[in-house]
Amino acid sequence: MSKNKKIISIVIFSVVALAVLIGTIIVKSPGHHGSIGDLMKDAVLHEDNRISLFGIKDVNPGLISAFSITGIFLVFGLIVRIFVIPRFKMIPGKFQMLLEMAVGFFDGLAKSNSPHRNRFLGAYLFSAGAYIFVGTTFELFGFQAITTKGHAMALPAPLADINGAIMIGFLSFFVIMSGGIAENKLKGVGLTLKEFSLPISMSFRLFGALLSGALVTELVYYSMALSYGLPVLVGVLFTLLHALIQTYVLCMLTALFYGEVSEPAGHNKH
Amino acid sequence: MPLNIDWQQILLHLFNFVLLFGIAYFLLYKPVKKFMDDRTAYYKEMDDRAKANLEESEKVKEEYQAKLANVEDEIIEEKRQAYVEIEKLTADKLGEAIAEADKIIANAHKTSEAEHDKMIKAAKIEITDMVTSAAEKLVSEKSTSGSFDEFLEKAEKGDVNE
Repeated sequence: MSKNKKIISIVIFSVVALAVLIGTIIVKSPGHHGSIGDLMKDAVLHEDNRISLFGIKDVNPGLISAFSITGIFLVFGLIVRIFVIPRFKMIPGKFQMLLEMAVGFFDGLAKSNSPHRNRFLGAYLFSAGAYIFVGTTFELFGFQAITTKGHAMALPAPLADINGAIMIGFLSFFVIMSGGIAENKLKGVGLTLKEFSLPISMSFRLFGALLSGALVTELVYYSMALSYGLPVLVGVLFTLLHALIQTYVLCMLTALFYGEVSEPAGHNKH
Repeated sequence: MPLNIDWQQILLHLFNFVLLFGIAYFLLYKPVKKFMDDRTAYYKEMDDRAKANLEESEKVKEEYQAKLANVEDEIIEEKRQAYVEIEKLTADKLGEAIAEADKIIANAHKTSEAEHDKMIKAAKIEITDMVTSAAEKLVSEKSTSGSFDEFLEKAEKGDVNE
């Protein structure tokens, strides 16, 4: 890029940034509906901001996010399956490498933590990991939905909804139990039930982590003075970071406990 | 329920996740893993083949090295054997030649002796005939001592036929 082009680019960028800044000051804010306490309470309980599910039932926005993510996965999966996977090469390109890394990571996690029985575990970890990671980063895009009260709201991460977090926590627990039953029959159930607090801890860890991210973001956006520059850190970097961390934590815990309960009886522990 | 926990929504989340699991497994995880496993198997097979070839090459190399180490001794042994064989052949041929020569000489001796005997015999017969005819001639033509003496002189000089 020549020097003149660089200068032109910087000038255009500065003008656009200044225009946006002036715009935010000129345009009147619609104001907050209630106190920050109410806002946070609603973010946790979703008592006010509910969305109609095809007119059948009013549900938490997290469920709509969950269905949206499944839709995105379906489209993405079909495109990849039809157009990309048949063109896979022995020496992978960038996108192929990304897919192989994702599959290889979860498959490796399953194999290293549960060497005796890991085929289903690998597939489950891949799905759960993809769901948590994509679900958490989904809130970054700010897809809008209309609540039953007519307000527009950005769709949150599906696991910021306690029902979604409970589902994934308990499902992971039952997956762990299934591994125990498959390998050790009734003893496997006993081994799994020994960790009876696991589903609750997994559910609420996930819910708490994602909710805290949402709350911190909400707090930052609540004050306009904090809306410049800081959201880049809070909104994007923190979201990406805790998406990675939560994905890793849930998958690692599931793989670890699965490996423990599915270890054949009498097998020496290393 | 506390915290707005809703069993129906939990089941809806579960339903959604089951769908997502199916999509992720059949459209992404399974085909990508199959491709990776196939590729691993392909390279493993290639690696195994390369290892087998390497082992075979090492074995052949060792054999050749062992052969090379013994080749000097083998050459010397071969030379010795060839020398012995040549000597044996030469001795055989020489023996044969000597036997042949002896045979030829013996035959030649035999032939010359036979020839000699034949000649002597023929000469004796001839001399006898000559003497007989000369005697007869003398007896019939001149029955004198002078003639007899002349005859004897002529016989001694070899002029009998004259």
